[in-house]
Amino acid sequence: MSTDLNLPTLRTGTESVPAADGPQTAKEFTSDQEVRWCPGCGDYAVLKAVQSFLPGLGLRRENIVFVSGIGCSSRFPYYLDTYGMHSIHGRAPSIATGIATAREDLSVWVVTGDGDALSIGGNHLIHALRRNVNMTILLFNNRIYGLTKGQYSPTSEVGKITKSTPVGSLDHPFNPVSLALGAEGSFVARTIDSDRKHLTGVLEAAAAHRGTSFVEIYQNCPIFNDGAFDAIKDNDTKEHAIIPLVHGEPITFGSRDATTGMGDKALVRSAGGGVEVAETGAVSPDQLLVHDAHNPDPSTAFAISRLTDAGYLNRSPIGIFRQVERPTYDDLARAQVSDARAKVEGSGPERLTQLLNAGDTWSVG
Amino acid sequence: MSQTKQVKQLDRVIIRFAGDSGDGMQLTGDRFTQESAVFGNDLVTLPNFPAEIRAPQGTLPGVSSFQVHFADHDILTAGDRPDVLVAMNPAALKANVGDLPKGAAIIVDSHDFTKRNLDKAGYDVNPLDLLGDANDPLGDFQVHPVDLTGMTVEAVKEFGLSRKDAARAKNMFALGLLSWMYGRPTESTTTFLENKFKKAPDIRDANITAFKAGWNYGETTETFVVRYEVKPATLPTGTYRNITGNLALSYGLIAAGVRSGLPVFLGSYPITPASDILHELSKHKAFGVTTLQAEDEIAGIGAAIGASFAGSLGVTTTSGPGIALKSEAIGLAVMTELPLLVIDVQRGGPSTGLPTKTEQADLLQAMYGRNGEAPVPIVAPQSPGDCFAAAVEAARIAITYRTPVMLLSDGYLANGSEPWLIPDIDDLPAIDPDFATALNHVSKKAAAAQEDGSAAEPDEFWPYLRDEETLARPWAIPGTPGLEHRIGGLEKGDGHGNIAYDPANHDFMVRIRQAKVQAIAKSLPPLEVDDPSGEAKVLVIGWGSTYGPIGAACRRVRRAGYQVAQTHLRHLNPFPDDLGDILKRYDRVLVPEMNLGQLSKMLRAEYLVDAIGYNHVRGLPLKAAELAEAIGQLVGEAEGVDVDLGEHGLNPPADHEEAPLS
Ligand code: SF4
Repeated sequence: MSTDLNLPTLRTGTESVPAADGPQTAKEFTSDQEVRWCPGCGDYAVLKAVQSFLPGLGLRRENIVFVSGIGCSSRFPYYLDTYGMHSIHGRAPSIATGIATAREDLSVWVVTGDGDALSIGGNHLIHALRRNVNMTILLFNNRIYGLTKGQYSPTSEVGKITKSTPVGSLDHPFNPVSLALGAEGSFVARTIDSDRKHLTGVLEAAAAHRGTSFVEIYQNCPIFNDGAFDAIKDNDTKEHAIIPLVHGEPITFGSRDATTGMGDKALVRSAGGGVEVAETGAVSPDQLLVHDAHNPDPSTAFAISRLTDAGYLNRSPIGIFRQVERPTYDDLARAQVSDARAKVEGSGPERLTQLLNAGDTWSVG
Repeated sequence: MSQTKQVKQLDRVIIRFAGDSGDGMQLTGDRFTQESAVFGNDLVTLPNFPAEIRAPQGTLPGVSSFQVHFADHDILTAGDRPDVLVAMNPAALKANVGDLPKGAAIIVDSHDFTKRNLDKAGYDVNPLDLLGDANDPLGDFQVHPVDLTGMTVEAVKEFGLSRKDAARAKNMFALGLLSWMYGRPTESTTTFLENKFKKAPDIRDANITAFKAGWNYGETTETFVVRYEVKPATLPTGTYRNITGNLALSYGLIAAGVRSGLPVFLGSYPITPASDILHELSKHKAFGVTTLQAEDEIAGIGAAIGASFAGSLGVTTTSGPGIALKSEAIGLAVMTELPLLVIDVQRGGPSTGLPTKTEQADLLQAMYGRNGEAPVPIVAPQSPGDCFAAAVEAARIAITYRTPVMLLSDGYLANGSEPWLIPDIDDLPAIDPDFATALNHVSKKAAAAQEDGSAAEPDEFWPYLRDEETLARPWAIPGTPGLEHRIGGLEKGDGHGNIAYDPANHDFMVRIRQAKVQAIAKSLPPLEVDDPSGEAKVLVIGWGSTYGPIGAACRRVRRAGYQVAQTHLRHLNPFPDDLGDILKRYDRVLVPEMNLGQLSKMLRAEYLVDAIGYNHVRGLPLKAAELAEAIGQLVGEAEGVDVDLGEHGLNPPADHEEAPLS
């Protein structure tokens, strides 16, 4: 049996969060705690980007909550002067679900890593995405376990030599974007720690999205997995390694043509209904795949996500794969409560007295 | 043929309805209970059903039963042994006949005693064919074979139902017959059936007709010549309703929300026997209750912790296996010092154990089942109705002391029921969330800047500065300007709450978290000890749902002329401050539990008292007569006398729970 849910109107991700009184600075969002990541860790760049990005959101600082799990990246909340909780391994999405559902007026952020979100906390991640709770999940993917000193992670390439796999890891990695799309994610994006501009753009779009925004951030761990993203970071190779996704534009990459701005490689539909790479010059312009992040059907976004290398990362699509509107769990849950409240009269104690005295009662004395 | 029937007065009766799990025995028992409640008897019920939703039909494992004990005086248990067994098929007879005392009445649906059903139940010969024979296996009982199914089908034939559907109303025929026999008021059942089958008029009419036919059959048949009367009980004045533990617990949670002014947030994963709390709370959104059916046990408590952080009363409900999964998260709530209710409706374990049967073997799990020194207050209700007050008390502790609180109910309390004196809302404790709204600490810098030496205004918020009396930390919820702070699972520095690894601080914080839980004892009333003569040498101490059987056993011992004292713990952690002195007053301390001695271990460890265990783990409540014998033996040892409880112990008529000495 199902019923018509009285769907609230869709709004932006931060619409119900009170606005700041005036302009704010990155400094105001910086806590007094000493940052303790290893020198050169990609987390620093993301922290800086987030600290500079948050003031621009224009929200009251006390209405922002960062929740994290366990891992290097999960220290993040300590460094932001907002409300925050550094919770337990893998569970941040569930805790954030409680916060976001209980309070419409909060902007809720989850900071997690590849081990935290995809291994021990995989269940909570997929269910947060399925429910579409209004929050933004930043998954720092360094393809390694850092805090426990260098074991392979669920995104490490097969055959990885680590402390726990001296003759090579055996398990096939997750592709976090494919996983998020498969879990009904309504906003799924990928960006890079060192590309401040792209990172900030994705964060803005993620915050504006009402629902669970999933952002995978490639993050270099110079201690245990250095160079994992060199191909997409190195100026000589990145043009060929990054497949940039921009809504409404043909997806091309490789050496750029000075006049058209198009790369020499492009994505086209494959015969099997998927997506493949072609020489831009070898196909007619109308064959070029135009990126449609708002397509209600996630199949093409999924096909694009499959172009990510599962082994050493020589090629990866970067950008917003999918951004569609879908009612959020927390809005619906609050609507059920407020609808029920609107239908009753009397104070809480009065109604409680009625409730306790309902049904078959009898009096003695 | 109508006739005048003899009416016999009784002070109490125990009836057990038993049938296949598809026969509607729980509903039948529940209706009989409601009728008895409205009539004004005191009562206690014991539902007992298989874990399978539809266990193989007609087999012994598929038998479901519902026992109701009702009386003209206050009673404490569902009774050890039924006076009347209603058996809807051979398996129900076979599974239950062993519990009956000599002379008990058995009403069987003779229609279901077919070769096939007898085979399934493992009867070589139909016991009904042997009635009155020299080798009659039921010779000790008064057996009444009645064609319940046949008469039901006949009675409802005007509604044109299939034979199968028509036969399904036989439970209402049986209920009608028993209602007649014990003079129960019938209106509540008729109204109930009208509502339940509102959308299926044929089924509704068939059930009501079968119910009335059962009553009329009693009135006219010669099979039953006696009716019984059990007068209303004299209970404290007030308005009553019959209530199960899970319902009372749900209402207690709603009441805690109303009294504290906090929205209640339940994060829960379905599990027997706790799911009914989730079901019930999901109906009460108008009280600001949010229920989230989580993806797993951990997510249930995770969401509840998140909601508590955000300023709700976070609650998670589960049973033992779920507690095992939630342990790490409970530790997080201990470390972050957030209010949280963790409700464990205990069932038989270990592992999946006995999902639908009762046990109280999670006490040590609740007490110690976490990594590190992670003290959690523990509260336990003692009867189904008491689940309401226990829930309010658990919330009072959680909110006042900023701590997760474990509430240990069990399967018997959850599904069992009793008349409940409906409390006045104003009499419930007031619970003040007392959210922090202001800065609470003067930084060194600000203090130094104060040139004239006067005290500076606080310019910082320290999330771990404690209230001197309760040792509770401030609860500052997101949205409160100026109090932004971070909490988490890493060790906190005293006061400021930032990550701190230094040894002295950890030692201090471990001790202060323990001291905070211990400080709750100061808020508890003195423990009540029931020692009528004041001369008892033996104290019986229990916790949770054993309250009824222990009380009934003590009554038996006292009726037999011996002294025994009883006390029952609502708080298992911390223990009440006066418990140690009370234990020392007695020569012998007996601890009956439905586990292998968990409270007795705790008492021994805490008070160095020679607590003697009385332990059964049968998935059923303790039996009062057996326990009385154990108490009697101890009284004999303590007083150096020979104790013979006579008819008040296991000797016949042991099935009778005894009224208190007045
Ligand atoms: S171990 Fe790697 S991920 Fe962790 S802080 Fe160091 S560099 Fe960063």
